[in-house]
Amino acid sequence: MATARVYITLKEGILDPQGKTVLRALNNLGYDEVLDLRVGKYMELELAGDDKEKLESRLGEMSEKLLANPIIENYRMEVDA
Amino acid sequence: MRFGVVVFPGSNCDHDCYYVLDRVLGQQVEYVWHAETDVSKYDCVVLPGGFAYGDYLRTGAVARFSPVMKAVEAFAADGGYVIGICNGFQILLEAGLLPGAMMRNTGLKFICRFVDIRVENTSTPWTAGASKGDVLRIPIAHNEGNYQVDATTLEEMKRVGQVVFRYCSPEGAVLPESNPNGATESIAGVCSREGNVLGMMPHPERASEAALGSEDGLVIWRSLLEHCGASV
Repeated sequence: MATARVYITLKEGILDPQGKTVLRALNNLGYDEVLDLRVGKYMELELAGDDKEKLESRLGEMSEKLLANPIIENYRMEVDA
Repeated sequence: MRFGVVVFPGSNCDHDCYYVLDRVLGQQVEYVWHAETDVSKYDCVVLPGGFAYGDYLRTGAVARFSPVMKAVEAFAADGGYVIGICNGFQILLEAGLLPGAMMRNTGLKFICRFVDIRVENTSTPWTAGASKGDVLRIPIAHNEGNYQVDATTLEEMKRVGQVVFRYCSPEGAVLPESNPNGATESIAGVCSREGNVLGMMPHPERASEAALGSEDGLVIWRSLLEHCGASV
């Protein structure tokens, strides 16, 4: 068995209304050092099998197909097999 | 005409669409459960508004893999008429049947109110009965209507007339203050290159009877009926 993590982030240039609001809230709390903030998604997966290369290729497929929307999002993954 | 109104788990405008097509327009309508695998017997498929599959992951992201969507893709490729309203539009975007993607409204609020939209292209089957520049008063009800599309795709869409509706002032001016959700270039509705697939955030089925405050949505249904030679 393997574990994997997928990080989904908004592409550069895509406005992130949620991120902007969290940024403003932090600034309002006095955390002036926060200059920008973008909200993304984090997923943990348990995968059957231990062929890391194959799992990575399958997970890439899953990310492109469902987990991320390639029009607005990028993804990055880590597989521990 | 024969209409099929798709019902996903979480659809909530399916009955409104059915009612308007059946009772207001006198057309044949059936509900189509999301597990169906064939929609070829219909002339037009309606993807109604709602929160299909709870909008989990992204709006439309899970619904887009429903068995019925494979059938809708084949139907659309064959030139069948497909209209996606609100959540239905979001599903069409996720399915790649229309270009672009939806983000959260810039104000982060769910917006439920009447808006004005300007008809930008009258050469589609959905707008042939309107005049260019007509302003339609139709309600929106969404949290993710902030339409995004890359610049190159958008230029091509504008060139071939895929931008069908834009949010505007009551006088028909497209202004930043009349854009409720931050959508790129105030886009409220787009169609496929061939024009047979339409996606729009405003709800024409909620503006199809005077008693509900507006009949401006009727022009969309009637344009299609006329285009297909159906009797109203």
